[in-house]
Amino acid sequence: MQSALISDAVSSQRRSEKRRWSVISILLIILVFSFILDVATGPSLLNVKDVANALLNLIGFPVEVDPTTQVIVSSLRLPIAIMAVVVGGVLGVGGAEMQTLLNNSMASPYTLGMAAAAGFGAALMLYFDSLGLNTNIAVPLGAFVCCMLAAAFLFALATMRHISSGQLILAGIALLFLFQSLLSLVQFVSSPELSQQILFWLFGSLSKASWSNLSIIISVTVVCMFFLIRDAWKLTALRLGEERAKSLGVNITRLRLRTLLIVAVMTATVTSFVGIIGFVGIVAPNIAKILVGEDQRFFLPLSFIIGAFLLSSASVLSKVIVPGALFPIGIVTAIIGVPFFFWLILGKRR
Amino acid sequence: MLQVNNLNVVIDDLVLAKDMSFALESGKVNVIIGPNGTGKSTLLKTLFGDIHTKSGEITFANETLQRKQLSRWRKQFGYMPQDIRLDVELSVLEVVLLGQLNALGFRLDDSVIKEALSALDKIGLLHLANRPVNKLSGGQCQMILFAQALMRKPQILMLDEPVSALDLHFQHVLLDHLDAQTKEQGWITIMVLHDLNLAAQYADNLLVLKDGKLIATGHPNNILTPSLVKNVYNVEADITKDAAGIPFVRTIRNNRAATSIIENKEPKEQAIKVAEGAF
Repeated sequence: MQSALISDAVSSQRRSEKRRWSVISILLIILVFSFILDVATGPSLLNVKDVANALLNLIGFPVEVDPTTQVIVSSLRLPIAIMAVVVGGVLGVGGAEMQTLLNNSMASPYTLGMAAAAGFGAALMLYFDSLGLNTNIAVPLGAFVCCMLAAAFLFALATMRHISSGQLILAGIALLFLFQSLLSLVQFVSSPELSQQILFWLFGSLSKASWSNLSIIISVTVVCMFFLIRDAWKLTALRLGEERAKSLGVNITRLRLRTLLIVAVMTATVTSFVGIIGFVGIVAPNIAKILVGEDQRFFLPLSFIIGAFLLSSASVLSKVIVPGALFPIGIVTAIIGVPFFFWLILGKRR
Repeated sequence: MLQVNNLNVVIDDLVLAKDMSFALESGKVNVIIGPNGTGKSTLLKTLFGDIHTKSGEITFANETLQRKQLSRWRKQFGYMPQDIRLDVELSVLEVVLLGQLNALGFRLDDSVIKEALSALDKIGLLHLANRPVNKLSGGQCQMILFAQALMRKPQILMLDEPVSALDLHFQHVLLDHLDAQTKEQGWITIMVLHDLNLAAQYADNLLVLKDGKLIATGHPNNILTPSLVKNVYNVEADITKDAAGIPFVRTIRNNRAATSIIENKEPKEQAIKVAEGAF
């Protein structure tokens, strides 16, 4: 009798796992649609079917495609569309892991000052005329270094034994204000032209996407995701609270450091190439949590997919809001992010 | 045998363990009792290697607790902390599974799921397996965390107030299961309890703490006396023993005697004062 009940409970667990994989698959399909739409939209609006054919052609299915469409898709649109997916995904995962680590659904690399630090680094590089280097290399480098510096400060705090998650969040928020002030200072002392240049960088833009940028971002993402997924169960255990995770044999300090390092490297890499894009990091993990819970085997990939979908659809919107012009994507994500955010807050209150 | 020698723990000038020495044997349930803030939880955390000791030595199975080998030391422990809140979007089964953290792969084996389910079954909570844990009551969470601690298959099992949120039935389900498993598996079980009668019923060995000092240790039948209760808690108590010699503690309200004298002597005056108060 009892063994029958246990078998029932095992199948029920398997069904629940299957359901969560289905949710992930459905969102993956939605992401593919928004990705194709992202490739199709732009100054010359392409036919979705032609775009799909061009994409099929690219991945090795010989399909008849107009050569112009093929060039537009593979050289111009595709890098930007892939960038949107990868950057959105990274921001989603970065937020998910910050929220896990700090046990707070409002945490993300953005709210902890990492993005502001990157912005400050980029602004500093622009102010000092790229230190004589190529601007396309110097600005991302400055952003990366400053972002890692901010993360290093958080690391130092995280290694201290008696620093709680709450204190880490406060320190991160203090960093956010510090780097925002420093950023304002750089803008204040800059010429109006330079100040505008800084502002455009801060808006965030996918237009700098190129295959070489992408190869860096994708490699970093794949390696980081591998390490995060390897720690999936430990990160799930961390959600029971630090003391409890410790009691289950998790080395909290080491896990905190490793995860912070991974998130910092991912965030610094994407932010240095596309600028500051807010809200994806907070919103994506919260939606993922509602859909599949906090078992990181599902939570982690779904946070990536939802982040990717949010940025990909924001990219579509940024191109269609003002036809013919490219609206800064950083502005679009915040505008669609805020209503989402309120919905989440009010939903939780219920 | 878990051996503690001359343990001293000081946190922010507060002495939480003072020259403490004791030895705990396998297959025995050890219960720590004592007033609030006297160092009971600190002692558990210290044994787990979570708190720096000022001096002293803790050894188990020829191994001494050292900072550098904390992970290896902790592998021998199952530890159920005091906090029972589970505000997380996980199912009961998933929470119990985490007790076997190192055995979990990306795809869960049927065997490990069955093990978790049978742990739940043994404490009568199999029916909750697929329920979200954040929808459960405090007592149910406590039972589930107990199942999780059992999944660790520890050599030393420590529980910090494991029945604080449980009703009478589940208090006994948990403690009976704990007692049976301790004897069967040869664990060293150490738990903090506030209820002296539960302590008397289930302890093979009682450790009585006051102000960071171990002031008495031994079988409850031998050491639980009215003078000990008075000394430790500053509470008067009657202690009777049942047929098996297990002590039963009945505490006496401090002000009961004084109150009854006033009521008997001046009933009218009391009634008038109450009436005046009402207006």
